[in-house]
Amino acid sequence: MRKRSLIPIIYILFLMLPIYWLVAMSFKTTNEILSGFSLFPQTWTLENYRVIFTDPTWYWGYINSIIYVSLNTVISVLVALPAAYAFSRYRFLGDKQLFFWLLTNRMAPAAVFALPFFQLYSAVGLFDTHIAVALAHCLFNIPLAVWILEGFMGGVPKELDETAFVDGYSFPRFFGTIFLPNISAGVGVAAFFCFMFSWVELLLAKTLTAVEAKPIAATMTKTASSAGYELGLLAAAGTLTIIPGAIVIWFVRNYIAKGFALGRV
Amino acid sequence: MKTENQKGWFFVLPVLVLVAFNALIPMMTVVNYSVQETFGDNVFFWEGLGWFEQLLRSERFHASLGRQFLFTGIILLIQIPLGVVIALSMPRSGFWVPVCLVLMALPMLIPWNVVGAMWNIFTLPDIGLVGYFLNHTLGITYDMTQDPLAAWITIIVMDVWHWTSLVVLLAYAGLVSIPDAYYQAARIDGASSWSVFRFIQLPKMKRVLTIAILLRFMDSFNIYTEPFVLTGGGPGNSTTLLSIDLVKIALGQFDLGPAAAMSLIYFAITLLVSWLFYTLMTRNDAQ
Repeated sequence: MRKRSLIPIIYILFLMLPIYWLVAMSFKTTNEILSGFSLFPQTWTLENYRVIFTDPTWYWGYINSIIYVSLNTVISVLVALPAAYAFSRYRFLGDKQLFFWLLTNRMAPAAVFALPFFQLYSAVGLFDTHIAVALAHCLFNIPLAVWILEGFMGGVPKELDETAFVDGYSFPRFFGTIFLPNISAGVGVAAFFCFMFSWVELLLAKTLTAVEAKPIAATMTKTASSAGYELGLLAAAGTLTIIPGAIVIWFVRNYIAKGFALGRV
Repeated sequence: MKTENQKGWFFVLPVLVLVAFNALIPMMTVVNYSVQETFGDNVFFWEGLGWFEQLLRSERFHASLGRQFLFTGIILLIQIPLGVVIALSMPRSGFWVPVCLVLMALPMLIPWNVVGAMWNIFTLPDIGLVGYFLNHTLGITYDMTQDPLAAWITIIVMDVWHWTSLVVLLAYAGLVSIPDAYYQAARIDGASSWSVFRFIQLPKMKRVLTIAILLRFMDSFNIYTEPFVLTGGGPGNSTTLLSIDLVKIALGQFDLGPAAAMSLIYFAITLLVSWLFYTLMTRNDAQ
């Protein structure tokens, strides 16, 4: 038993090494990084972080990212809820085909959509707004949310609905006060995965924004090429992008594994 | 039992409108480009299926498609067994389970370009942890900007680092759903740990593993940002995967027609492989 637990430990160490290196580098001065190799920062500095928190182009990148990711999560889960309910409770014309078609949208490479998305969102006048990125990310997040929620709803017995309707509940009241609390874990998991995939996606977010809604990841790419490779600054910015994900994942730690397992393929 | 109810369409309508807006209009744009030729100024000429013919004969396309299949194949062969092994050796309950799961899921929550940048500074020959260790402590020449093999090993290790946890999470979810009674029965029968795995754990994990393989196939087949940031497709064209090549043609050279034709073939391959695999895996269930 003792020997077996070595495997996860080694695996986690392997996962942490590059992250450690990034964090360590974010506390080094540019001089120290370029002058040679050091396992720990020799002179600790918070200069890199100071730059990020005082320069608006940097910290607005974070705010922009958080705005469109939150918008996307809310939209995806809200529209996915009724759809998932329909898929789990009703049989209607073309339901299976529709479900499969939704899932195929997760298979489309983002690279395929980059240029048409740019043209589409420019044509409707939404280019460089938060809502444009939030809507674009719905392409792959809504199918995922529907899939996860449908799995959780399938686990709720149908008798619950019937009893409530016999008791005279209207549909909205039943859905809000009885059904939703029963699948709150599912809503949490779906929201988590929407947050995650919207937070990590860059290609579409970068294509659809210029100045006003530019995501942090795009700010980083620009710095990497223009400012003569300020590695310390980049490392600090990278370290900060890990934090929101780490916070969100802590909240759903007991449900993440379950979320995918319950969905039907 | 589900009830027959066409009202279901009203429930699905918002999803339908949003996804159709994002999927159908851009897809039609792509189809439109794929059959036309342009010399700029928004002047288009009918090209028919010319781009498709040209693409299917083009060696460049064959090369990047081959690299893409090689990459996805290696990724699946490493990540799926590795993920299952790690999931099997995790404790079933206790204080450490959530800690392990959170730490393991962490790489998946890092923006993809940060993953690329992180592995870049991790593997730089003179200042990266691994790069320095290999070159200066072990004396192995390792430079992924020069050596195609090193570049390939780096992007594969990076992807293993990035996504194996997804397989672990899914396989683990399948494992904890097995009732204790199964193991007790196996112990009474004196089953070896191999037969416990083969006849109890593997069949119970089949469904989640199907999901894992499908997701890993789709996402690794569409991978763009991480290898682009890490190697830029180089050295030479050695790590130019399909997406990277596509973006080069579409946004770099602005050859809209060929890029659109390539997009459609690309999408069709992804769809076809996923569908074939899904049908094969679920065929036995239906019988």
